[in-house]
Amino acid sequence: MNDVITATIITVSSVGLAAAVILYWASQKFKVFEDPRIDDVEKELPAANCGGCGLPGCRNFAEACVKTDNLDDMFCPVGGNETMAKVAKVLGREVHEKDKQVAVVKCNGAPQFRKKINEYDGVKNCTIVANFYSGDTACQYGCLGFGECVDACNFDAMFMDPHTGLPVVLENKCTACGACVEVCPKDIIELRPTGKKSRRIFVSCVNQDRGGTAKKACSVACTGCSLCLKECKYDAIKIENFLSYIDPHKCVLCRKCVSVCPTDAIWEVNFPARKLKPEENSVKLKTIKRG
Amino acid sequence: MLKTFPKGGIHPPENKITADKETVTLPIPKQVIIPVSQHIGAPAKVIVKKNDKVKTGQMIAQSNGFVSACIHSSVSGTVFKVDNIPDAGGYKRLAVVINVEGDEWLDNIDRSEDIIKEINSDKNEILKKIQDAGVVGLGGATFPTHVKLLPPKSMKPEVLIINGAECEPYLTADHRLMLEKSEELLIGIKILMKALSVNKAVIGIENNKSDAINKLETLSENYDNISVAALKTKYPQGGEKQLIKAVTGKEVPSGELPVKVGAVVQNVGTVFAVYEAVQKNKPLIDRIVTVTGKYLSNPGNFKVRIGTSVKELINTAGGLPENTGKIISGGPMMGRALITDNTGITKGTSGILILSEQESKRRSLKPCIRCAKCVEVCPMGLEPFFLMALSRKTLFEKTENEGIFDCIECGSCSYICPSDRPLLDFIRLSKKEVALIRKAKRIK
Repeated sequence: MNDVITATIITVSSVGLAAAVILYWASQKFKVFEDPRIDDVEKELPAANCGGCGLPGCRNFAEACVKTDNLDDMFCPVGGNETMAKVAKVLGREVHEKDKQVAVVKCNGAPQFRKKINEYDGVKNCTIVANFYSGDTACQYGCLGFGECVDACNFDAMFMDPHTGLPVVLENKCTACGACVEVCPKDIIELRPTGKKSRRIFVSCVNQDRGGTAKKACSVACTGCSLCLKECKYDAIKIENFLSYIDPHKCVLCRKCVSVCPTDAIWEVNFPARKLKPEENSVKLKTIKRG
Repeated sequence: MLKTFPKGGIHPPENKITADKETVTLPIPKQVIIPVSQHIGAPAKVIVKKNDKVKTGQMIAQSNGFVSACIHSSVSGTVFKVDNIPDAGGYKRLAVVINVEGDEWLDNIDRSEDIIKEINSDKNEILKKIQDAGVVGLGGATFPTHVKLLPPKSMKPEVLIINGAECEPYLTADHRLMLEKSEELLIGIKILMKALSVNKAVIGIENNKSDAINKLETLSENYDNISVAALKTKYPQGGEKQLIKAVTGKEVPSGELPVKVGAVVQNVGTVFAVYEAVQKNKPLIDRIVTVTGKYLSNPGNFKVRIGTSVKELINTAGGLPENTGKIISGGPMMGRALITDNTGITKGTSGILILSEQESKRRSLKPCIRCAKCVEVCPMGLEPFFLMALSRKTLFEKTENEGIFDCIECGSCSYICPSDRPLLDFIRLSKKEVALIRKAKRIK
C-alpha cells in the first residue's frame, strides 16, 4: 500500500517538476518585453472601455500615453482632467487642463412645435430611418426620436423624454465620450464646453432651410433671421446656411441673444430664473434646467 | 423546359391588373419638377438659370463625371426656379422647375412614328448619342447606360441579355412596351449589339407574358442572332445575376461585374430609349409608368414626361382612393413608399402602386423561430436571419465576411418570414455601414 502512495508521489512530483522546467524555459525564451508603465497608467484609467478617447479601449489608451511625447494630445473624456493629471504623474510628465465638455442635443422639435406629415411604421432605428427617408416631420434635419443615442450611451446619461420625444442628456453623468455624437445619423448632438458654473447658451436647432421653410416645418426652428447676430457684441455668433451658431469660446453668457430670438431656438441652461417683465413670458419657458 | 435561376426565389401573387391596358399618353402637365440626380453616380451640373426659355429635349443639366448622366427638359417653357426641392424620400435635392408653355421641340428631334431600320451610326457615334441623350437603366437601378456599354478592357462581352422579365408583381410597363414597340425594340437590340460588338442577343421574358414572347419570337426571325428565352415566373427572375444564370447558366462571381462571365444586361425600357436616342435623336424625356392598385378606379399604363407630378398621374388613373395607406414608387417588392404625392416622376419610376391601409400595414415583429425560410428563398444563397442578427448587434465587419455585398435587396426574405421580421431593413443598414468601413480602409 505504501509503495503505491510513494510511487504516485514520485511520479506526480517529477511530472510537475518537468512541466515547471519547460514552462520556465518557455517563459524566458518567448518573453515579450512590455513597458511596466503601461500597467501603471492603466490602473489610473476608469476602465470604462468606452472608446471616447478614440482608441479601442483603456489598455490601448495607456499604451498610447506611454508612447506619445506630448500628453496634451491625449484625453480621457471619462476621467477628465483629474485622471490625466494622475497619468502625467505616473509618467513624470506634464499635462495642461482641458475644458470639461458635455453633450447637447440641438433639436427643439417636440410634437407640438413640429407637426407630423407622414406615418412611419417600419423598424425603430434612427440610422435605418435616416437612410430610408427624411423622417416623419417636414424638417429633414431634426431628431427622429428613436433613441439610438440613448442606446449608445454607456453611462446612463441619456433618456428619451416621453413628452417631447427628444433625448435628454443628464449633465452630471455625461462624460463627453462622444458615443452619441457618432451614432446620431442627423448629427444633432454636439460636445460643448460645460461653461462657467455649468452655464451655457446654444442654438438648439440644426435646420439649414430658408426661414420660411424652416418655420413652416417647425415653429421653434432657427430661421437664420440674424437678430441674434446683430445683438451679440462679442462676435460669438455666426450664421451659415440660414443657421445660427454660437461659438462657446467667445460667448460671455450675457443672454441677450436668448431674449431676441423670435422662435425661441436659443437655449440657456443652468441660469438663475430671470426677473420677468410681463411681455417676456416666452423666455420663462426656456429657462429650464436640462438634466 | 423553361429557364430559371436554380436557387431560392418566391411566388408572390402577380396582380398584373393593367396587363391588357394599352399605353395612354398623358397630357403635358402645367409644371414639371426635374431633379438633377435621377441616376446612380454624380449629380448632373445645371446649365440653365431662372427665367431661361427651354425647348422640349434641350439639355438642362450636363453630366458631371464618368458615372453620371445628362438631364433634358421634358417640356418647353420657362425655368421657374432652380432650387433644393424635397425628393420622394423627403430630402431636399437640387431640381429644375419648369413652367410649361406650349410644346415646342428642338428641331433635330425626329417626332414621327416611322420606324427607322437602317443603323447608320458607328460604334463611337452610338455611344456618344446614348450618353448625350442621358439614357440610364430604366429597370429601376438607373445606372448610366453608356458606362455599362464600356466594359473594362480586360473583359470581353459575349452575349447581350435583354431583361423583359418584369418579375415585380403589379408592374406591366415593360410588358406593354414589348407588345406595342416590338419592332423598335429589336432595332434597339441591334444597335446595342453593334455598340458592344457582340453577335448574340437573348430576350428573357417570364412566361406569364406569353403574348409578348410570341410576338417577339415571330418578329425576331427577321433579325439574325436575336432569340427569345421563355423564363419561369419566379421572383426575382429579373435580377441581373439571376437573369444571367437563367439564360446562360453562368454564375457571376461574388463582387465581380456581370461582364466577367461575358454578359451585359439591359432592360427593355432602356433598349427602347437607346432606339429613340440613336435613330430619332430623342433624349430620354418620357417613360412608361404603370399606375396600379386594387382600389384604383382606372389603373393603366401611361406614357409620361419626366417631372410630371405623381398627383397628376394618380388623378388621371381615377384619383386617390379613400382607403389609401401608402403610395409606392416602383413595385411592391423593391419599391419605396413616397412621403408625398407632390413629387415628380423620375427616370427610374417604373410604376406607382397604391396600397390600401389594410395591404400596406406592417405586422409587428415576432421572435425568429429558426425556420430558415429566408435562407431557402434567398436567390443569392445568403443567410438573411444571421445577417440581421449581426447587424442588430452592430457587428458590421462580420457581415462583410458573410457576403453582405452579394445581397441584391430583392426583399424575398422579408416577404417570406412568418415572424414578419424586417430582415432587409437591417441588411441595408449593415450594407451601408460596411461601405463606410471599406471607404475608410481605402483612405488609410
